[in-house]
Amino acid sequence: MDSLINKKRPPLFCPGCSHEKAVNALDKAFYNIKLSGDNIVMVSDIGCSGLFDTFFNTHAFHGLHGRALTYAAGIKMANPKLNVIVTMGDGGLGIGGAHLLEACRRNLDITLLILNNFNFGMTGGQFSSTTPADAIVSSGFLNNLEKPFDVCQTAIAAGASFTTRCSAYISDLHKKIEAAIKHKGFSIVDIWGVCPGRYTKKNILTPKIIEEKLKKLPAVEGTVSENIRKEYTAHYKEITSALKPFNMVKEIKPEFKAPEAGKHSVMILGSAGQRIITAGEILCYAGLKAGLFTTFKSDYNITVLRGHSVSEAVLSDKKIIYTGSGAPSVILALNKEGITRKKAAFKTLNKDTLIITGKDTEIPATDAKIFRVDFKKLKIKSNERALASLVVMTKHNKIISYDMLTSALKEIFNQKIFNASLELTEKIQNSDIL
Amino acid sequence: MALSLLDGNETVALGAAAAGCKFFAGYPITPATSIFNAMLNLLPQKGGVCMQGEDEIASIGYCLGASMAGVKAMTATSGPGISLYSENISFAIGSEIPIVIVDVQRLGPSTGSATRGADGDIQFLRWGSSSGLPIIVLAPVDAADCYILTKQAFNLAEQFRCPVFIASNKEIALTKESIDLNLLEKPEIIERKLFSGKPDEEFMPFAVKKSADVPEFLPIGFKGRLARQTSSTHGAKGYITIDASEIEKNQNRLQHKIEACVDAFTYFEEVNTDAADTLIICYGITARAVKAAVNILKKDNISASALILKTLWPAPEKLIKQKTEKFNKIVVIEMNKGQYVKEIERILCDKKIKFFGQMNGVLIEPEQISEVIKNG
Repeated sequence: MDSLINKKRPPLFCPGCSHEKAVNALDKAFYNIKLSGDNIVMVSDIGCSGLFDTFFNTHAFHGLHGRALTYAAGIKMANPKLNVIVTMGDGGLGIGGAHLLEACRRNLDITLLILNNFNFGMTGGQFSSTTPADAIVSSGFLNNLEKPFDVCQTAIAAGASFTTRCSAYISDLHKKIEAAIKHKGFSIVDIWGVCPGRYTKKNILTPKIIEEKLKKLPAVEGTVSENIRKEYTAHYKEITSALKPFNMVKEIKPEFKAPEAGKHSVMILGSAGQRIITAGEILCYAGLKAGLFTTFKSDYNITVLRGHSVSEAVLSDKKIIYTGSGAPSVILALNKEGITRKKAAFKTLNKDTLIITGKDTEIPATDAKIFRVDFKKLKIKSNERALASLVVMTKHNKIISYDMLTSALKEIFNQKIFNASLELTEKIQNSDIL
Repeated sequence: MALSLLDGNETVALGAAAAGCKFFAGYPITPATSIFNAMLNLLPQKGGVCMQGEDEIASIGYCLGASMAGVKAMTATSGPGISLYSENISFAIGSEIPIVIVDVQRLGPSTGSATRGADGDIQFLRWGSSSGLPIIVLAPVDAADCYILTKQAFNLAEQFRCPVFIASNKEIALTKESIDLNLLEKPEIIERKLFSGKPDEEFMPFAVKKSADVPEFLPIGFKGRLARQTSSTHGAKGYITIDASEIEKNQNRLQHKIEACVDAFTYFEEVNTDAADTLIICYGITARAVKAAVNILKKDNISASALILKTLWPAPEKLIKQKTEKFNKIVVIEMNKGQYVKEIERILCDKKIKFFGQMNGVLIEPEQISEVIKNG
C-alpha cells in the first residue's frame, strides 16, 4: 500500500508550520495500520486544520467551524465500520466545547487530532482557549485575563477513554496517532505546534520550549483506565437489538352506536395527579369505539406534579374541521385549579351545558345545568373523580354510553389496571346517584 | 373504517418512518419533543438510529453527517432551535445535503410560550440562513397532512438534495385527532440518485450534466470510490474554487434546481363556493378555521372560496396567479402579524390584498374570519 497523500494537492502550509509534520505523521500511521483511503473519512474543522481533508486520498467532510465532531458522530453512527479522523484547531476546540465534552462522554470510536498552535492563525492571530495568558496576540490584552485550558485533563474529566498530548516535532508522532486510531473508543491526540505566520511573530515558541512546557503538565499516556468502557456504536447495537418492536398505532374498529348525534365538546378541569389527561384520552377512545371523529388537547403546568390540568375533547359524528372547542356540552369540574384556568368559559354557558362536579367543589356562577356528586360519600378518591365523572356522563346519556366507556378502558389499559378501573366504573354504574 | 388517535407529531414520525428515514437526532424542545419520543420508538428497533444531541447545532450536525453517509435523516425543533440550525441549514443548501427539518412553531419572539401556537417562522424558514438560496417548505393542516407531507418532504429532499421543512404548529403537533391511516394517500418513495458513471469514470461529487440538475450521489464510506463534502465554495470536484464563472454557474443551479420545479410539488387544497367573489388564502392550522368560516358565511348567504397552500416555499406563483384570477377580493389570514401576505402582495401586485392576522397564542376563530369577510 502507498501513501494516502493526495499528490495532486500536496500539503501546503506557511513555511515552518508544524501542521505539515502532523499531515506526514498521520499518513505514516494510516500506512502502518494498512488502511485504504475508502476505509477512512477525514472530517476537518475550519481554519488551517480545515485544510487537512484536501491533502489525503480518503473520504472527506469539511463542515462548519467547531462542529466537526458532530458530523463525525453522524457519519460513524450511520457507518460504524469507517475509520473517522477529525482534525481541529484550538479555535474549533473553544467554539465546539460542548461537542468535545459530549464526544468524550459518548465514546464513539472517533480519533480527534487537535492541531494546537495557541491562536487563531487564519483570522489574524486572535487568542483561543489554549493561548497562554502572557502571550502577545492580536486580541490586545484580553488573553491576559483568561486561563488557557488543558484539553487532555478536561477530556479525561469528561470521560475520554484515550488522550495523549505531544509536540508536533517528535519523531514518533505517527506512533501516537496510530495508537489513537487503534483505540476502540474516542481518542484525542493534542498536538502542540508552532504557527509561524501569526503566533511566533510576536512570541518565542520553539520545539524545545514546547517540550519544556509539556514536561511541566501532568502526564497523559493514551489509555485512560478509569474511562475504559464499551464503544458507543457497539453498545448502541447491543441495547437496540434487544428492543421489542413498538406499535404506535392503535386502530379502533367501531362496535357501538353513540347515544347522541352532532358535534360535542367536553372540558375536564382538574389538577395535577387527578388523571385528567388520561380521562380525556379515555373519552376520545370511547368515541372511536362508536366511530366518532375526535380531537383532543391538553393543558397543564410545567410543574407536572402541581397546578392545573385541563383536557379538552371534541367528539363528532362528522369530520372535525376546526379544532377549537367552542361552547362545551359537558364540563367535568373536578378541582379549583382547572376551574380557575377556564373561569371565563363559565360566564357564557347556558342550560345546554351539563356541569358534573363534586358536592365539595366550588364553581363560578353560571346558567349551565349543574349535577353534583357526593364523591366522598361514594368513597371516590381525588384521582378517581375524572373517570367516575365519565360514568356519570354516560348515566346522563351524554355523548358516550357505558359500553363505549368500558370498551375504551379495555383498549387503553393492561389487564390489572383495567380490572381496577372497572371496579370503579361499576360502583358508579350500580349506584343510585341519578 | 379503523380510526386511530394520533397527534401531528406522531404522524410526522410515522410518515418519516414510512419514507425510509433511518436517522433522527434532536434536542428536547416543546412542542417538538414528542417527535423525538416517537422516533426513539420507531427507529432503533429496526436498525435505525435516534440520538439526542447536546444542543440543536449538534443535532442537525449529526443528521448532516449521517445524510452524507447515505441514510435519510430528519431533525425536529421549534423556532428557538431553528435559529441555532441556521448555519447548518445554509451548509445543507450550499453543499446539497438532503435533510428533513420539522419546525413545530410556537409563540415567539425568543423563548416566547412553549405551549402556545403561532405561525411566526414562515419568513424565517425561507430567509433565516445566509445566501438566500431557496429551500422547500411544506405546511400541514392536520395530522393526516403531517404524515403525507413528511413523506413528500423526504422525497423532495432526496430528489433535490436540499433542506425540506415541515412548518408545523403546536396546535397541529399536540392535538390528537381521529385519523384513518389506511385511507391516506401514500406517495411513492423516491430515492437519491446514485452515481451512474462507468467504472473508469471519475466521480465528481458536484458534477452535473445540465444547468438545473442535481448532482449524483455517492455516500461517504463508499467502497472503491472516494466521496467529498465541503462547506466551502466549491467546484464540481468538491474542492475550493475562486473561479467566478464556475461559482456563478453553481449558485444559479442551486436556485434553479428547486425554483424551476415548484409546479411538480405544489400541494394545495381548495374550497370552492359558487359565485364567490372573495378568495381566502391561508395555510397550516388556520386553514381549518377558514373552512369553518366559509360554512358560517354560507348560512348568511355570503359566498367565499378558499385556497389552502401546502407548499409555501418556493412560493407557487403559477398556482396563486391562476387560482386568484377571477376573484376581486383576496384575503390572507395568518397566525402571525403578516408574513406570507408579503409574498402574496408581491405575486399579485395588481390586486388589493386584505390581511387579518393574530399572534397571541390562541387559535384564530372561524367567527373572526367570517367577520373580516363580512366587513369587506
